[in-house]
Amino acid sequence: MIAYTIRRVLVSIPILLVASMIVFTLTLFTGDPIQEKYAGRNPPVPAQTIANERARLHLDEPIVKQYGNWLKNLVLHGDWGPSINGTDDIGAELSHRLLVTVRLVMVAMLLAVVLAVITGVLSATRQYSKLDYSFTFIGFVFLSMPTFWIAQLLKQGAIGYNEGTGNRVFFTLGARADHPEPGAWNTVADIFGHLILPTISLALITYAALSRFQRASMLEVLNSDYMRLARAKGLAPRRVLVRHGLRTALIPMTTVSALGIAAIIGGAVITESVFQWNGMGLYLVKSIALHDRYAVMGWLLISGFFVIVGNLVADILYGILDPRIRYE
Amino acid sequence: MSDIQSSSATQVATPAGSGERVEREFTVKERRQWQIVLRRFLRHRLAVTSLIIFGFLVVLAFIGPYLWIHQYTDLDSGSSIRFSGSNPMGTDSLGHDLFAQVLRGMQQSLKVAFLVTLLSTGIGAPYGAIAGYFGGRIDAIMMRICDVLLTLPLFLVAGALVTGRGGSVLTVALVLGLLGWVVDARVVRGVVLSLREQEFIEAARALGAGTVRIVFRHLLPNATGAIIVQITLNIAAAILAEAGLSFLGLGVQAPDTSLGLLVNQARLAVDTRPWLFYWPGVMIILIALTINFVGDGLRDAFDPRQTRQRR
Repeated sequence: MIAYTIRRVLVSIPILLVASMIVFTLTLFTGDPIQEKYAGRNPPVPAQTIANERARLHLDEPIVKQYGNWLKNLVLHGDWGPSINGTDDIGAELSHRLLVTVRLVMVAMLLAVVLAVITGVLSATRQYSKLDYSFTFIGFVFLSMPTFWIAQLLKQGAIGYNEGTGNRVFFTLGARADHPEPGAWNTVADIFGHLILPTISLALITYAALSRFQRASMLEVLNSDYMRLARAKGLAPRRVLVRHGLRTALIPMTTVSALGIAAIIGGAVITESVFQWNGMGLYLVKSIALHDRYAVMGWLLISGFFVIVGNLVADILYGILDPRIRYE
Repeated sequence: MSDIQSSSATQVATPAGSGERVEREFTVKERRQWQIVLRRFLRHRLAVTSLIIFGFLVVLAFIGPYLWIHQYTDLDSGSSIRFSGSNPMGTDSLGHDLFAQVLRGMQQSLKVAFLVTLLSTGIGAPYGAIAGYFGGRIDAIMMRICDVLLTLPLFLVAGALVTGRGGSVLTVALVLGLLGWVVDARVVRGVVLSLREQEFIEAARALGAGTVRIVFRHLLPNATGAIIVQITLNIAAAILAEAGLSFLGLGVQAPDTSLGLLVNQARLAVDTRPWLFYWPGVMIILIALTINFVGDGLRDAFDPRQTRQRR
């Protein structure tokens, strides 16, 4: 198992390197950062300033050298490279935003998984019942909605509620208030009030896919021979369902959740944009818009790291939970 | 609803090896694989209804603009009408007829979806089949290439390719297709991995069939079920992905339009002119929902294990 883990990690390094090379090249095609930053300024920016900026961002060096220097500085000195905004430290920004995103993703995933397991199992055990059709229908509706449509809908609902009751229960923008009121209770209410809408919208989308998945995996288990054997032995139906059925049907779910968490840490882009949630996704969008090359690279490394770790955790979990699977 | 029917269908598919079979032989009609699948699919009422609605929407999107009284570029209606006889979905602040715009948007969104599906299935299915068939080192290298593609952020690729090229239907489809085929490749590879261990592949190889023949004549046809289901999922995913790109300004660009672009343009006016936001949104959901249901019905039809039978 340890040898397997080490081998997997070693394989991931070249993957991340190749991906970073491609991304580095792609950022060239999104546009000229200096142009973007200084275009249309009045009075025009002095040529000396532009030249300084170009030198600071290493824009005039050959691309291979730029990439090499970036990699060298990162590995040897932990330096993430210069940001478009001279005052921004990419490393500090990333670690701050990572926490903000994790706060959102964890709660949303937990909510989605619990709901998905409950409805998925109910659907499978009562296949083709009214209940199954209702859950299926609801799941498919959420599966078919554009993310920003759900988010916007929730936002409208919340604004309507806030205006209707005169109480500011839901906050529709940002992760925290600009000027939070002091006191422990206010802090909790502030965090919670900001968390609730993005969490619900992220949870609903995730739930939709997961519940379908749980239903399929439970169905597969219910039709298996060992379930028939367990029933034939005369075990209590509930015990058969929970101990023999559900426990097995949860195995694929754990791996899919691990992958899901990893995937949205870098990419709750749209949810974060609608609610102006200053996490990783919004950082990516902002950096791409500003052609902030080194920021995009930093984002790629963090999100790539989580995808790789997520994949690994999923595979290892699978091996631990399901004794039929062993890695050589 | 279908317990009795489905049990008889399975007996047709795999003749039961018991004595019962002798009595049944006279009543059971021979059916080909696709006939069995078709029968199972037709029993899934929701899926059949969805297929009809989806088909209707496609026809509407491609023929509707020729029949409707307004063009999507026309500015001849009054501005910000909620509903009227000649503007059933209302108009925007400039006087565009929303129904004409939605028709055009549907057409462009569907074009994107079909192109993406063509690309991702066209590349992904053979790629996955080849990787799964060879296994070993070739498989490992091919899958690592997929891993690299999976880490690339869609929005950056879109940003690099769409910016400066005006975001035509073709560019948007290209971006989504070039990143999307990885999923298809993985699905098909999974199916092929289990297929290639079976005897009929061994038999084909023993008869001297080459790799190309085995992949395209034996492996891919047997993975058809998974591929067809994947196609329906691709269509739905592409419609939603196009909407997501539009949201960030990286999708189809004005003056042309798409469903995603329409919803996004209406997002800020949702308080004053909500119909501009809801109509295109409902059409996106309707298209994605119906095609998803079709896919669900097909999955059930191709995979009898997903149907639970009373034993």
